[in-house]
Amino acid sequence: MSAPTAAVGRAQPRLEGREKVTGTARYAVEHPADGLAYAWAVQASVAKARIVRVDDAVALAEPGVLAVLTYANAPRLAPVESRELLLLQQPRVHYRGEIVALVVAESLEAAREGALLVRVDYDTEPHSSVLTERHPSLYKPDKVNPNFPTDTCVGDFDAGYEAAEVRLDQTYRTPAYHNNPMEPHASTAHWWQGRLLVHDSSQGSGDVRDTLGRLFEVPAESVRVTAEHVGGGFGSKGSPRCTPVLAAMAARHVDRPVRLALTRQQIFGPIGYRTPVIQRVRLGADADGRLAAICHDAFSQTSTTTEFAEQTAVLTRALYAAPHRRTTHRLARLDVPTPSWMRAPGECPGSFALESAMDELAVACGIDPIELRIRNDTDRHPEDDLPFSSRNLVACLRDGARRFGWADRDPAPGVRRQGRWLFGTGVAGAAYPARSPVGSARAEARPDGTYQVGINATDIGTGARTALWQVATEALGVPGDRVRISIGDSDLPPAYVAGGSTGTAGWSWAVDKACRSLRRQLQEQYAGSVPPGGLSVFTDTAAEVAALEKVARYAFGAHFAQVRVDVDSGEVRVGRMLGVFATGRVVNPSTARSQLIGGMTMGLSMALHEEGLLDHRFGDWVNRDLATYHVSACADVERIEAYWVAEDDDRVNPLGIKGLGEIGIVGSAAAVANAVHHATGIRFRTLPIQLDKLLQHLPAG
Amino acid sequence: MRTFRYERGTDPGQAVTLVAGEPDAAYLGGGTNLVDLMKLGVARPRLLVDVTRLPLDSVEPLPGGGLRIGATVRNSDLAAHPTVRRDYPVLARALLAGASGQLRNMATVGGNLLQRTRCYYFQDVSRPCNKREPGAGCSALDGQNRDLAILGWSPQCVATHPSDMAVALVALDAVVEVLEPAGAREIPLTEFHRLPGERPDQETTMEPGGLVTAVRIPALPYARRSTYRKARDRASFAFAAGSVAAAIDLDGPLVREVRLGYGAVAHRPWRARLAEEALRGQPATEENFRLAADEELAAARALAHNAFKIPLIRNLTVRTLVELTEGSVEPAAERGR
Ligand SMILES: Cc1cc2nc3c(=O)[nH]c(=O)nc-3n(C[C@H](O)[C@H](O)[C@H](O)COP(=O)(O)OP(=O)(O)OC[C@H]3O[C@@H](n4cnc5c(N)ncnc54)[C@H](O)[C@@H]3O)c2cc1C
Ligand code: SF4
Repeated sequence: MSAPTAAVGRAQPRLEGREKVTGTARYAVEHPADGLAYAWAVQASVAKARIVRVDDAVALAEPGVLAVLTYANAPRLAPVESRELLLLQQPRVHYRGEIVALVVAESLEAAREGALLVRVDYDTEPHSSVLTERHPSLYKPDKVNPNFPTDTCVGDFDAGYEAAEVRLDQTYRTPAYHNNPMEPHASTAHWWQGRLLVHDSSQGSGDVRDTLGRLFEVPAESVRVTAEHVGGGFGSKGSPRCTPVLAAMAARHVDRPVRLALTRQQIFGPIGYRTPVIQRVRLGADADGRLAAICHDAFSQTSTTTEFAEQTAVLTRALYAAPHRRTTHRLARLDVPTPSWMRAPGECPGSFALESAMDELAVACGIDPIELRIRNDTDRHPEDDLPFSSRNLVACLRDGARRFGWADRDPAPGVRRQGRWLFGTGVAGAAYPARSPVGSARAEARPDGTYQVGINATDIGTGARTALWQVATEALGVPGDRVRISIGDSDLPPAYVAGGSTGTAGWSWAVDKACRSLRRQLQEQYAGSVPPGGLSVFTDTAAEVAALEKVARYAFGAHFAQVRVDVDSGEVRVGRMLGVFATGRVVNPSTARSQLIGGMTMGLSMALHEEGLLDHRFGDWVNRDLATYHVSACADVERIEAYWVAEDDDRVNPLGIKGLGEIGIVGSAAAVANAVHHATGIRFRTLPIQLDKLLQHLPAG
Repeated sequence: MRTFRYERGTDPGQAVTLVAGEPDAAYLGGGTNLVDLMKLGVARPRLLVDVTRLPLDSVEPLPGGGLRIGATVRNSDLAAHPTVRRDYPVLARALLAGASGQLRNMATVGGNLLQRTRCYYFQDVSRPCNKREPGAGCSALDGQNRDLAILGWSPQCVATHPSDMAVALVALDAVVEVLEPAGAREIPLTEFHRLPGERPDQETTMEPGGLVTAVRIPALPYARRSTYRKARDRASFAFAAGSVAAAIDLDGPLVREVRLGYGAVAHRPWRARLAEEALRGQPATEENFRLAADEELAAARALAHNAFKIPLIRNLTVRTLVELTEGSVEPAAERGR
């Protein structure tokens, strides 16, 4: 631990940075175990079928192969809500790539070879894997993720829209996006004396423990799941996924510890992905751009096993004022893997459509797009009719405009040509809910003068561990090198998963409370010294969270992008991205900035690069590695900046912290797409914007 | 476990004997392509003969001008070679436009020429592919074929050769020196890679077991004015969506000589001879560059998703030739990404 003090708000390097860069930090499949065996997944090569037969004889004859688990012999699992987790229970295939067998062997190589030798015979059925807005299976889910109303309606949209002077009606399309954390999904599982220990690459080991307990019908206390270091997740490890379940099944079957890591290729589907989305947005405004009516209809897909309803239009309920408004969500049930969370589910695709439509409206009304957003700002949540705990969208737009040099912008599209390049700039607004879920923590003063703080938070590379240590240190009022923080272990006091941008807000609150009560007790009962046996305090924030006043809580932001388009090749290059955010109190500026520019880059990646290429004949995506599924590289953005405006918000939660893990991706794709329009005069409503699409429209020469 | 033997090649003759003596043997260069394909189950060699210690790692000037480049010279070293940078900027630029710094440090000249297609279906053993398994069918023909061929393809295979380096070499009239079981031979690079025809599994005209020992590029003084232009979907670490290697020699306002290579358009690095012919002796104008490209691309047949390659290659041809004739190409070889 470097700095002796670690006040909240000071830039602080990651506590575990040295272990990570020197390779000593242990990830899920780096934990040693005696008698370890290795597992390898076998995936279905058809999209919909009954499994007629699994021939494992050749695989079993392979030297080193210990077992082949299939629906016929795998341990039985008790039901849980996500049917994706009921692995190897039935002779059925619900999507191409579903795991249909697991080979367990003495070595990784033998398991891998064994997996190639397993033969599965299928009785195939016709499948449907392409989302359309007219798909026969479309239905209205009861709620959208996590529990928002499916449709909302305020005023009379149809009448408001009909009466509007300026009307915009456009459809936006985004493809499937695949979460690609550096560390693919991986687990090591070990049963001994009826207890189960799992090292899992997870965003929330508590949920994994509870789920494993239910699946294997053992008390949750008999299960321990650790996730001390996690190489990213982007939501795909936010709830239990296949690897801990399969590893635990295999470990039980062969009665040895088992290690299972999926390959890069294997994670494209079975671990979740962002659904493709089709969005129709209608905006009705007066000639000055004041919105009278907003309607956002979203179509996305789910699987036949488990429902996942992307909350695409939920952002539109909160962002701009308008008296008449409607949002709807419909789902098509396809023969595909279940989509799931990916960084800012809902807000991310939703903001692409809404913020592109706002740009189109600005053009239609001849109003500067920043001014248009300012005119439609609101101080009450437009649907819930609640005040905002704080709302600094306009401050972000103004501060960003100043830093970016927006003032001199000529709004005319397609006119800034230098040599072979067309230049343009774009802007987009952003919002993301600022939640603070209940958490619990333990703070302990030890006789040697050190403090031990424990909470089952997870650091998926964000810097959460370091931020919590800063919070603990400040609350205890002692030098940082006397404070130890433990996270990522289901035996620690329970706390919410690392998801929904809630971590730093919710966990900090619990840590702060535990540390402050410890400090108070030491002062009040022990005159400020530590008793010989030490002192430990456990607290949770349930009462405080329940008592929070009813206000709308959001972080806000504004994105600016400058792009250039090569008129010969159609290549788009991003010269500059700039984001300004209002995220309350920032605990660690250095890791906060890394989260924000990471999100912004991911939005750029969505705008220009990422696309799961579906082959409907097979029913799955054919680009399944990082050479063919392009994510932005460093060279794809020449200059990237993230700033935040000062925001003192004591109504969001007592610490004034709003999360910032996701807001960076909300709106950034729209800013890039809007800049491409400004550069070329071509409006792209389907992502990604690739050179072939531009070439079709660019004037030759 | 699928085991394989590993042997270290000590001299070219011994390496060829080892590989020729075993049906499922392969040479191992930097391994940046072969090892990936082994992990995917696409390549399943029983014997790997490592060629990287063979004495084939030097770049030597040839008596009458030109260079002989050993087959195991690393892509990074070749790109940084002073003679290459000065006399053949097109080659340095093509190399630096490929892959990433780490990959170029490993990749060898021989391995780069013999790297396999990036067709999605070829790399996934769960999908039919004639190149992997003759007769199985071509999944790309009616599938995701945006990256694949517009020239010289057959219904059996529409794959492209993915190399950047080879496009520059083909424009430079490179000759491949090979050692086959029957002895040494030279093959012009234009004839080294086959078009797919009925046998997409046969990718080169080398005899089975053949070892690439060197690539020779003849003297070409005007290649000092040459360049490589690669269009790609992201700014670095992406294969070409289309590329053009070009060198031009002017005789006043007329084109005396010109070389054009096209990348990401066919099963082989494509030498655009029709375009070259159309330009020879003609005024070096933008209009003529366009007509010449059209001449070459007249035979192009687009698949469902790659029609964009025709205007792309046309535009890149015009632009590289305009830049070369106007002298507006930046002098230093561009930095690798
Ligand atoms: C993510 C990624 C991105 C890439 N991007 C690009 C790019 O943009 N542009 C580009 O051009 N390339 C790109 N590459 C490909 C890279 O250039 C090749 O992998 C590399 O050149 C292969 O060289 P190697 O020495 O590693 O070959 P190896 O992998 O060792 O071998 C490749 C093949 O050549 C055979 N072989 C090797 N040496 C000889 C020899 N002397 N004689 C006969 N046969 C031989 C092997 O048996 C094998 O079949 C990329 C690769 C990756 C993984
Ligand atoms: S294009 Fe060639 S490599 Fe690709 S699937 Fe068809 S046969 Fe195989």
